[in-house]
Amino acid sequence: MELTGAEIVCESLLKEGADVVFGLPGGAVLPLYGSLSRYPAIRHILVRHEQAAAMAADGYSRATGKVGVCVATSGPGATNLVTGIAAAQMDSVAMVAITGQVPRSAIGSDAFQETDVTGVTLPITKHNMLVMDVKDVAQAIHDAFHIARTGRPGPVLVDIPRDVLLGERTEFVWPTETKLPGYKVPGKAPEAQVAAAAELINQAQKPLIMSGHGVLISHAYGLMTELAEKAQIPVITTLLGISAIPTDHELNIGMSGMHGMAYTNLAIDEADLIIGLGMRFDDRVTGRISAFAPNATFIHVDIDASEVDKNIKTTVGMVGDLKAVLGQLLPKVEANVHIDWRLRIDQLKAEHPSHIIRESDELLPQYVVQRLTEVTQGRGIVVTGVGMHQMWAAQHCRFTEPNTFVTSGGLGTMGFEVPAALGAQVGRPDTTVWSVCGDGGFQMTMCDIATAVECQADVKFAILNNNSLGLVHQLQELFFDEEYMASQYTANPDFVKIAEAYGIRGIRVTKKEEVVDAVQQAMETAGPVIVDFIVKEDEGLFPFIPNGQSVKEMLEEPAPKEIL
Amino acid sequence: MDQTKHTEQHTLVALVEDKPGVLNKVASMFRRRGFNIASLAVGNSEQPGLSRMTFAVNGDEYTVGQVVKQLDKLIDVIEVADITSERIVTRELALLKVKTTPMNRGEIIQTVNLFRANIIDVGSESMVIEITGEEDKINALHNLLSAFGIIEMLRTGLVAMVRGQANGMANGHDGQVNGQS
Ligand SMILES: Cc1ncc(C[n+]2csc(CCOP(=O)(O)OP(=O)(O)O)c2C)c(N)n1
Repeated sequence: MELTGAEIVCESLLKEGADVVFGLPGGAVLPLYGSLSRYPAIRHILVRHEQAAAMAADGYSRATGKVGVCVATSGPGATNLVTGIAAAQMDSVAMVAITGQVPRSAIGSDAFQETDVTGVTLPITKHNMLVMDVKDVAQAIHDAFHIARTGRPGPVLVDIPRDVLLGERTEFVWPTETKLPGYKVPGKAPEAQVAAAAELINQAQKPLIMSGHGVLISHAYGLMTELAEKAQIPVITTLLGISAIPTDHELNIGMSGMHGMAYTNLAIDEADLIIGLGMRFDDRVTGRISAFAPNATFIHVDIDASEVDKNIKTTVGMVGDLKAVLGQLLPKVEANVHIDWRLRIDQLKAEHPSHIIRESDELLPQYVVQRLTEVTQGRGIVVTGVGMHQMWAAQHCRFTEPNTFVTSGGLGTMGFEVPAALGAQVGRPDTTVWSVCGDGGFQMTMCDIATAVECQADVKFAILNNNSLGLVHQLQELFFDEEYMASQYTANPDFVKIAEAYGIRGIRVTKKEEVVDAVQQAMETAGPVIVDFIVKEDEGLFPFIPNGQSVKEMLEEPAPKEIL
Repeated sequence: MDQTKHTEQHTLVALVEDKPGVLNKVASMFRRRGFNIASLAVGNSEQPGLSRMTFAVNGDEYTVGQVVKQLDKLIDVIEVADITSERIVTRELALLKVKTTPMNRGEIIQTVNLFRANIIDVGSESMVIEITGEEDKINALHNLLSAFGIIEMLRTGLVAMVRGQANGMANGHDGQVNGQS
């Protein structure tokens, strides 16, 4: 039977196993919505703002490992996706964005709601395409999913003019192959490199594994942990690598970098070998590159060849899929104990206990996170916004299962906390999602609480309400001579009333004693809940290696006046 | 990254899909990552549907290595290679419009002949000269003609090819590769 372009999009989505799409309709994409109404197997979730569609698709993808799909109309609909697409690109998240475009004859004429979306998204997508013929639609969708999910994943945008969606019909033929002669997906690494890496590992006295997002993406957490256990190598997780190994695992020494644990950064300073797995030695991880791990040689494994030797000069740099490469490496690595090294790290931890939260009568934001994670016992998914609360969540939340920490790392996108939490919960309906929110970021996307309510999504929003853009406020305090500007709110809304307005439960917490009870009540309530934690406003975020500095300049303690 | 910063010109060739937007993707990557293209030439290749691009890029080993990897990462780029250290032939074509007077015309013609360049248009006060050759040769002619006054110059950018049997690509690409589903 001959189908329209819009029907072919729906058929293709089903072939790709995309059973959920997040979107918002408009003129150019309406033909697709017409078809979607006839494809009940594809669940469409109507967002309030297209940014939420992209970020929900992102959260969905990170929580499930599947490709997240979002849909928007031409012009403003598509440009509203941009921030979410850019975030997915920076964090290697598998996403397909489908946008309507003005009819082919109108392209280039500045027609109503015409934006050159493939032009706009060119630098923030893994790939994008404008489909100019209904006969190409199936191939385009097939290729888009393939590119999005394989290799180093990323967002792919498919722009389809209205008259391609709803014009000429054609036979739906599902392609058996991708048409991507220039696209290669690395698999194994050359044996000689693997042998060289094993040699380095076997000889190292003070090795560390730095486990990044790639370990989660390629489902290599089991093998990574096996490697660590076999040779007794302590494991650091990057921000996006968190949850690859349980928090309580004896070899897990936490997150390093700008706001990482002091002892973790100090261990890097002493290490003689860094094994970077599926991570990219980003500046938030390394600080000043010339002072990073000065005593170490580097093994780096990444699926993206352009990341190897980009920031760090490696001794062995392997391009390949982590699961495959670790499979090659494991048998060649000898069992080891590294007793002295592990004792040394224990000592650093005892001397620099940045994981311990100080005693206070006030409601400290870190304390909230710590109690929250105690109640959940490290189960379920944690999503965050961007700012201090994000770092406290990364520092103090416990995790027991892989792929349970969802955060915007590379782009650092405020507002992620609402839609990404929704997307993660839709993808994992059996799981409770706790979204640790900033009062700033929450207000960027809180319109999509309505979407969470419509989905009856089991998302609990824990706002660490410091009545300010906390991270910015701290930067102004420390590096701009306390010249505070535009970092404090004077009229935040009443978040409990916001909850009530959306017909959901809102709980306000102002005292330490109320925290556990509020968390439990939220968990016992079905559907979305907002818990407004009124935390100490000027609590500082530490440890802190200032931008472009090294572990030598690390600020470990809150400034004295804050302790008083 | 701290590396030895020995900057020199590298010649890269890439086989790319001949589709709308590909040149834009390539150019955008160079701009976004702050790489410097000295010249770029694009045209059909021996394979239908594929174009060949030649880039002259200035940079140290590290930077040019990054350029190659980032180009290779573009989905529409099928293969790319740095052929600087191979045995290659390079050519460029330039058109130069030079001011002439009845007095100096003879001297200009002599210079042009010396370079085995061609005069392809003669006006009362100017002439257009076509030269093909390696970059140095064109630079040299340009220098000599500058004395007479150059009204306009246009260079196509370098094209390059590896000598002998190889086609410049690591896998000897035959254009028939297909991704797996
Ligand atoms: C979209 C966006 N705009 C601006 C910033 C810069 N920024 C980083 S953290 C931050 C403050 C975040 O405030 P809030 O969400 O309340 O979290 P807090 O730091 O107080 O925990 C800002 C403005 C950003 N990361 N993202």
